[in-house]
This record gives sequence, structure tokens and C-alpha cells, in this order.
Amino acid sequence: MKIIGLFIVVLTGGFLIYAAADFPAWGDPNSPASLHVSPYYLETTVELTHVPNAVTSVVADYRGYDTMFETTVIFTAGVVCFFVLRALGRKGLREESQERLYRHVLTGVTVRVKAGGKIPESSDFQRIDVSWTPPDLIIKTICRLLVPFIQLFGLYVICFGHYSPGGGFQGGVILGASIIVYAISTDLRSAVQRFREKTDALLAATGVFIYAGTGALCLLLGFNFLDYHALAPILFVDRVMARSHGIFIVEVGVGIAVMSTMIWIYNVLASRGHYDEGL
Amino acid sequence: MFWQLDLAVLTLVVFAGIGSLMIKDLLGAGILFGAYSFLMCLMWTVMGAVDVAFTEACVGAGVSTVFFVAAVFRTTRRTKD
Repeated sequence: MKIIGLFIVVLTGGFLIYAAADFPAWGDPNSPASLHVSPYYLETTVELTHVPNAVTSVVADYRGYDTMFETTVIFTAGVVCFFVLRALGRKGLREESQERLYRHVLTGVTVRVKAGGKIPESSDFQRIDVSWTPPDLIIKTICRLLVPFIQLFGLYVICFGHYSPGGGFQGGVILGASIIVYAISTDLRSAVQRFREKTDALLAATGVFIYAGTGALCLLLGFNFLDYHALAPILFVDRVMARSHGIFIVEVGVGIAVMSTMIWIYNVLASRGHYDEGL
Repeated sequence: MFWQLDLAVLTLVVFAGIGSLMIKDLLGAGILFGAYSFLMCLMWTVMGAVDVAFTEACVGAGVSTVFFVAAVFRTTRRTKD
């Protein structure tokens, strides 16, 4: 079986390398891709959309449909991870994995509560993971200091995508990573307290809705789907600036969807689907 | 960029890619895959595709490595084959 697999891989790789020889040279100005639409986009992007970064205007405006369905793909990935991995309820669990550990903060004594046992009602008891290690002061402090700056950078990347590399996808991933850093440095429960599962799911859907809703709004105003010209009377700007603002609204939607999907996937993955005890 | 440096990065990409497939330790494979993504990000930057490089650095080298590590911690660390 291994030899057949190796044979298929080598054969496919050989064909790919053979086919790659027919490609035009890298950066060739006479290649078909650089002759037809690319010059038009590069020359007119500032004039037509007020967006100096041509990549952003292509991604969110000229090729808006592609990006909308990419966002839908990200959302679907989150939903699929939820349906495949999430274990609702505590039934089907083995006896020892239903145990919960509590730590008495004042004395440092650990209490093991078996399945069906009662949870101590004092606020001195703190729930801890089964694989609990004492919190490291350095890691906790550094991560706590870093999280706001990571989030600020994420917002900057989303908002500044018009002028520099970046945009909704990258900014959303950075924002999601800030919450993941928090979940790793403390524990999953305190991250989930700030960003609950319902919020994750709702925000992921909201992001896609903002994108598709902007398109539908253009349709309602009598223009084509995702033709941001239509937004000019609503945003009180001229038609060219409306395209720039439309791109921004769409990027915000993408950012929200990507951020919450990343957090959702991480939480489900790291807690074995129980949304309880993380890494 | 100098072609020597370009060639060195390309060689490292190939080694990281093959290494992440061959290595028995799944955690190591995940981290080598992150290194592969980061080197690919360097390659994109050299080619002038800064947006793609940024995405590769965020998604490929950042979040997907975290997902791999989380998945390894929640399953097993050794492969069977």
C-alpha cells in the first residue's frame, strides 16, 4: 500500500513539475495574466475606489464574490468543527473523566469531586483542570500585558488594509489569536467567560451576514450585488468614496467572522469538545 | 535579493516539508510545519506578494500551528506508521 502511495505521489509530482515548465517566467510582463485585466486594476484602482493597495480593492471589490464565499468557507469550517468535535452534555464520559478538581485557595488543598458529588459552595474553592500546574507569574503577566497590544494591532490591520498589507482575514486571525493566547496563559474557562460559545457562533454568523447584507443592500438600492456605488446616498459621500467605505464595511464583517471562528475552533479542539478544561 | 539567499530559503522549505512528513513525533511534525509556513512566508515576501506573506504568517505559521499543537495534546504524540 505504501509503495502504491509513493508511486502515485511521485507520478503526480512529476506531472506537476513537467507542467510547471510551460508557465510564463516569474514577473513576465507579456504573460497572459498581466496583459488583460491586471493593468486595468492597477491603473484605475485609486481613481475608481480611492484604495491605494490594489490587493485590497481586488479582494473586496472587483472579486467580492470570491471573498464572500471564502468567508462562508471559514464559517462552515467552524460549524463543521462544532458538529464533529463538540460533545454536548456529560453522558458517555468515562467515570474518571467526570471527576472535577477544586483547589482551596487559602490552604492550597486540592479537593477531588467524583461523579455525582456535590460542588463546595464556598467562594474559596476554585475550579482547576485535571492537568493543573501552578500559574507561572512571568507567563501570566507577560500575556496579560501583550493581549491589548495584539488586539490593537489586529484592529489596525483591519482598518489600515486600504493602505498597507492586511485586511479582514489577517486582522481577524490576529484578534482571535489574542484570545487564544489568553486561554493558553490562564485557562480555558476564564477565556470562555469573556467569550462564550454562543457569542462565538453568533459573531461568526454576524460577520458573514454583514458581508452578504452589504451586497443585498446594494441590490435593494437598485444596483448590482456588492456594487458599493449604491451606498453613496446612505453614507453621505460621493460614489468613489462609497466604494472605499463599502470595502471597509465588508472587511470588518470578514474580520468578525474569522476572529470568532478561530476562537471557536480552538476552544472545541483544546477541550476535547467539552468546552470545559483546555490546555 | 541575492540568489544565494533565495536558494538557501528554498532548500530549507524543501527540508522542512519533507521533515514534517517523515518525522515520527507528531508535535515535532506540527512545529516543522509551522517552520515550513514561515519559510514560505519569506519566499512570498521575496516575490513581492506582501499580502499573501502576511496571511501565511498569521494563518499558516500562527494559528494553524496552535491548532496542530492542541490536536496533538488531545490525541497521541506518536504515529503508528
